[in-house]
Amino acid sequence: MKFPYSETVLEHFRHPRNVGKIENPDGKATEGSPACGDMVAVYIDVDPKTKTIADIKFESYGCASNIATGSIITELAKGKTLDEAKKITWKEASEALGGLPKIKVHCSVLAVEGLRSAIQNYEERHGLVKEQKPTTVEVIRQRLKKVINPLTGLNVVRTNIVRDIEIKDGTVRVLVDIPQDHQFAHAIKEDITERIEPLWDVKKLVVEFTE
Amino acid sequence: MSDRVVYLDNAAATRLDERVLEAMTPYFFDTYAVATSEFGYSQGIEAREVLDGAREALADALGASPEELIFTSGSTESSNIALKGVALALGKKKGKHMIVSKIEDFPVLYSSQALEKQGFQVTYLDVDGDGFVDLDRLRDSMTNETILVSIQHANQEIGTIQDIEGIGRICREKGVLFHTDATHTFARVALDVKNIPVDLATVSAHTIHGPKGTGGLYIRQGTQIAKWVDGGFQEFNLRAGLENIAGAVGFAKAVELVTPEETKRLQEMRDRLIDRILAEIPNSTLNGHRWKRLPQNANVTFHFVEGESITLHLDMRGFAVSTGSACFSRSLEGSHVIFGIGGDHERAHGSIRFTFGRYNTMEDVDAVLQASAEIVQELRSISPLGKNKEKEEG
Repeated sequence: MKFPYSETVLEHFRHPRNVGKIENPDGKATEGSPACGDMVAVYIDVDPKTKTIADIKFESYGCASNIATGSIITELAKGKTLDEAKKITWKEASEALGGLPKIKVHCSVLAVEGLRSAIQNYEERHGLVKEQKPTTVEVIRQRLKKVINPLTGLNVVRTNIVRDIEIKDGTVRVLVDIPQDHQFAHAIKEDITERIEPLWDVKKLVVEFTE
Repeated sequence: MSDRVVYLDNAAATRLDERVLEAMTPYFFDTYAVATSEFGYSQGIEAREVLDGAREALADALGASPEELIFTSGSTESSNIALKGVALALGKKKGKHMIVSKIEDFPVLYSSQALEKQGFQVTYLDVDGDGFVDLDRLRDSMTNETILVSIQHANQEIGTIQDIEGIGRICREKGVLFHTDATHTFARVALDVKNIPVDLATVSAHTIHGPKGTGGLYIRQGTQIAKWVDGGFQEFNLRAGLENIAGAVGFAKAVELVTPEETKRLQEMRDRLIDRILAEIPNSTLNGHRWKRLPQNANVTFHFVEGESITLHLDMRGFAVSTGSACFSRSLEGSHVIFGIGGDHERAHGSIRFTFGRYNTMEDVDAVLQASAEIVQELRSISPLGKNKEKEEG
């Protein structure tokens, strides 16, 4: 039999390590979207003394590359310090898997981003963001690029449905150009909240719709 | 890993029947000459007669006369000849508008797009949730400029069979040519051109255990179509190129071997698989119409899981199926057919097509059902989606 993946990829695909969910995790993140395709969720528990990743789990709604990368990334990250884990690249994950097809980068990169976002989520929730740069419109815009518009499968910034971003005294106001009663209004609002609220200087987030 | 392969991708290609190969073999080794005119040499005359016989058999299967059927290299070429040939013949004379459905297979869709670049206008008709074209909408889309309607007999992915008789009648009423891509229905679902007003029909051997690289195009007598595969005068001067005698013989043999009993058997396998999946695997949705569908086609979306993961797991257990997931496709785009019937990325993401053929058995149905149920359950257990729903219904 001939399969399109390396033996290591197939092994991780068949028997993914560290699969599941951590209840009340110290940090968590979801990357991707069911609307655009693959999706991965990463959960971490952190040893507060050593700042190392004590436990890590992942869930995947994705193809073989997505599952295998999720699996290998948890193995690579476990026991590492947050700073070390943050530096794990897609290339390292891919090499550890014995290589991934180029066309599959976009599905596998989600797991790497998921790990970084989960660490970031932990640091933000625990006041560990070192350089506390003030949140600017550009910072918000960058974060919103990870919010996928389920209608198009593209991010809300690229598809121009973010009409306006305003920051005033710690309150961030995001104006989204879809009706309030739109089928995906709730999902998009939740996604935006998840990405913006953890920012250290954001006291309040208001997501508004145009109609 | 299993040694035995259960092949359930018969819409893509089928295993050649030994009897087809046997019928073809003499035309590789004994009568291999080019088909000559009746004034040629013996072997060439024999080749000519054999080709004519194959043509007659195929035309007969469509209720057509032999002069109305040309051999091609397969359904891709047939549909290209139909669309581009009509465009070339009528574009300057009558108009530059064509109508196709949104869920056509790629030869029709991309021929249409190619013609748009040459100044033709193409209307891509919406279909409903089951994949049906709306006849009123079809009628309303026609203008004085419309030269061709191309709507498939049955869909390659979800299996929905169109009302081509109704479509043909409207075309006839309006004096517009009608082409149908019958790649997946030919020899299994009745298409008699004496009763159904179709002017052009694409057929192929590869879906009925015949040889790949052999297809046909039915062209009703008097249809205005221009030749654009230039060279010799073969195929009634409509398609140049050395005749594939062995292929034509194999195609005719393949058609002869398809029986109503066999088609009924495929349909029983289809029905058993669909019924069992919907009853036994929670959160699964049938794609396409439940009854007006190809006898050999089942297509289901398993929610909360991704199709390439399912196909790879099935492959490792010895089952070959296909999916409409973006991850599986070369273009990284989800199935245009699933989007066409109003589905979203999620519905395409977890869609699996099972297509049956001569060499499948009821045991295969139960085995693939069992394997799919286990794989879907396993993948759902690692999916961040649908956990609550699963508990409610499972």
